Amino acid sequence: MPRPKRIRKMNNPPHFKGFRPIGLPEENNPVVINFEEYEAIRLSDFEFNGHVEAAQIMGVSRPTYTRIYESARRKVAQAFVLGKAIVFEGGKVYFDSEWYSCNNCGCWFNHPAKEEEIKNCTLCGSTNIEQYNETQLQSKTEDICVCPKCGIEKVHSKETPCKDEICSVCNCQMVRKGAPHHQRVKNNNCN
Amino acid sequence: MKVAITSVGNSPDAKLDSRFGRCSYFVIYDTETAATEYIPNINKENIEGCGPASVQFVASKGVRKIVSGEFGAKVKAISDSLQIQLIVLKDPEKTVSEIIQMLNH
Repeated sequence: MPRPKRIRKMNNPPHFKGFRPIGLPEENNPVVINFEEYEAIRLSDFEFNGHVEAAQIMGVSRPTYTRIYESARRKVAQAFVLGKAIVFEGGKVYFDSEWYSCNNCGCWFNHPAKEEEIKNCTLCGSTNIEQYNETQLQSKTEDICVCPKCGIEKVHSKETPCKDEICSVCNCQMVRKGAPHHQRVKNNNCN
Repeated sequence: MKVAITSVGNSPDAKLDSRFGRCSYFVIYDTETAATEYIPNINKENIEGCGPASVQFVASKGVRKIVSGEFGAKVKAISDSLQIQLIVLKDPEKTVSEIIQMLNH
């Protein structure tokens, strides 16, 4: 059994259903372009992202993105050359939305309809809202190595892995603070 | 527009349930007619997949917004594709009637 497909993230679905060639009788077998293929064409050829950035935006690996994009281009070419209609349909996607926080009632909410601008908190109607920014929070927190035995902490340096750091008090191997591994070894004594 | 609120009991004085998938009751509140409906959560005892099952359930009731204390990892993707808004309220002391009052701002 093949590995299941990851769910691809996409911004917005196209607001029309497809294309029809001019001056040809209507055919019954149109080319079906998936939403993820539409999104690949939009990211690469409309917003001019490189494959690496576009793959990150869609939440798939770079080779997978290239495969999606290539399949999309082939389908477009097939429709153009053979004069077939194009239909946007299907694909394993979800439509991502941003998170906002309200400073009045302390709630968090997301906003799936991205076309409309958001001004009021959806729960209490207050205008005192702000958008949640992941990059801001990430830069603030730094990694910490911790000794599982005596709990002594040390700021993690990028060159040395936590397991290579030795606690200065009890000569114990240190672990990354807050990592699942840290939770597991917390109660075990080190040797 | 219909709003789903997760609740620990089936009365307006019941408190907000801090979990979405395994909450006790869904309160479906209609903002136009001001009608409320209390529905027990049938997915509560599932071994896994309570969140997605609950999203499908409230979506079948025509809900556009969900108020809860916390949502699991699988819920956001499904609710985004169904265009349902999630509202996270980290205040387990709030009662259902207080939340309904807040919604009628």
